[in-house]
Amino acid sequence: MKPAAFEYFAPATVDQALALLAAHGGEAKPLAGGQSLIPAMNFRLARPRALVDLNRIAELSYIRSAKGGTTIGAMTRQRAVEQSDVVTRGAPLLAEAMPAIAHPQIRNRGTIGGSLAHADPSAELPAVMLALDAAFRARSVTGERTIPASEFFKGMLETALAPDELLVEIGLRPMPDRSGTAFLEVARRHGDYALVGIAVVVTLDGQGRCKAARIALLSVGDGPVLAVEAGKTLTGQVPSAEMVRAAADAAATRDVDPPSDIHASAAYRRRLVAVLTRRALGRAFERAGATQRGRS
Amino acid sequence: MTLGVTVNGARYERAVEPRLLLSDFLRHELGLTGTHVGCEHGVCGACTVLLDGEAVRSCLMFAIQADEHEITTVEGLAPSSGDTLHPLQAAFREAHGLQCGFCTPGVLMTLVPFLRDHPDPDERAIREALSGNLCRCTGYQNIVVAVRHACDAHSTPDR
Ligand SMILES: Cc1cc2nc3c(=O)[nH]c(=O)nc-3n(C[C@H](O)[C@H](O)[C@H](O)COP(=O)(O)OP(=O)(O)OC[C@H]3O[C@@H](n4cnc5c(N)ncnc54)[C@H](O)[C@@H]3O)c2cc1C
Repeated sequence: MKPAAFEYFAPATVDQALALLAAHGGEAKPLAGGQSLIPAMNFRLARPRALVDLNRIAELSYIRSAKGGTTIGAMTRQRAVEQSDVVTRGAPLLAEAMPAIAHPQIRNRGTIGGSLAHADPSAELPAVMLALDAAFRARSVTGERTIPASEFFKGMLETALAPDELLVEIGLRPMPDRSGTAFLEVARRHGDYALVGIAVVVTLDGQGRCKAARIALLSVGDGPVLAVEAGKTLTGQVPSAEMVRAAADAAATRDVDPPSDIHASAAYRRRLVAVLTRRALGRAFERAGATQRGRS
Repeated sequence: MTLGVTVNGARYERAVEPRLLLSDFLRHELGLTGTHVGCEHGVCGACTVLLDGEAVRSCLMFAIQADEHEITTVEGLAPSSGDTLHPLQAAFREAHGLQCGFCTPGVLMTLVPFLRDHPDPDERAIREALSGNLCRCTGYQNIVVAVRHACDAHSTPDR
């Protein structure tokens, strides 16, 4: 159980890292926190020819807040995101989800960008980013582009990133007024990958009707799943217990087709989707209302 | 490649292969066999060490990545002179917080930064802090007791 040999590079800048990735033409892998890549290498499930270690690139580690929202560098440790006041204020959904990821020892090394680039369907962050409609900035030697979260996740451990491309920044726009968010998951043990998880963002209009509801589920498919049908049942409606139940029902029956595995059957996952959607929406609407009262 | 690293306060320079895990470097190159190797995929927690004061899995880092960083292993907990134990180690001995002892180094290295940040945790917080460390003897009960013991001993001035 030891990694196969590889060539190791530890560049100090993004430009150097991109040049190294380009020079190796797909045979080199970026190394972020290593909390997913190194286990795979230890079991020789992954045997990259070369590793481009991003850990010495200081310019990739930051959390900033500006008028346009919150921006987070890809190499920011999950632990730093969890403990950031800027994140708590600017992206409370992200702050709420962070402690659900693994254990503190893993979050001390694991990065926000690494988790997103890894795109595990059971991971929390891809669903959170989908609910928040985040924008991912990616760079390669040939240039830079912005990829919306809805186009980033392509399936099981697959993203829109090219092999020689780096995710460099995660952008989160400011929360609209009268918005509320909630994150919930069910796992067998604290820190384990979730059986089902949910991230919700709801926004109310001036009359207290639901203007938008973005509901993202994890661990129910090949990647994070946006519960479009559930969202539709809520749009334009005044939130009520019945509306929330109808949305939860739509999520469980129309939005997901969950897998069965050793941890949970498809039927049990569906049941969890219904229950968690109901609870998360209830909480998010309550928080959206609380914002409203606080402002008037 | 050449690695320069401080381990338990002592400076080491060694030539290492990039694929050498930090856990294997500590055990095989430096002879610090207190850091145990269990699962090698980050789940069991036996190999937990401090990197610049924070708990990390030494099996999920390459030794070369520790270049110019500071590592603390279980051997670095007790004062190097005499045979006094670190207060947490003493509490584990008194409260029978270990059975076979395989998980103990990782448990201790997880708890040191945890207790630094939370000097007076309740049982729930302790159990959550320990959720990333597996004890195959299932001796969690006394591990939790030992942690409370360490906190109480610490806050009682005449002990
Ligand atoms: C015991 C254990 C439990 C865990 N539990 C959970 C959990 O409950 N929930 C969860 O979400 N995760 C969990 N994880 C995974 C953890 O969150 C990882 O840290 C994360 O998935 C990967 O982040 P990383 O920074 O460690 O990336 P790495 O492991 O370094 O990289 C992962 C992949 O992404 C690529 N990559 C990394 N950064 C970039 C970048 N900037 N641009 C392009 N490609 C990049 C790498 O080449 C690699 O293919 C767990 C891990 C362990 C060991």
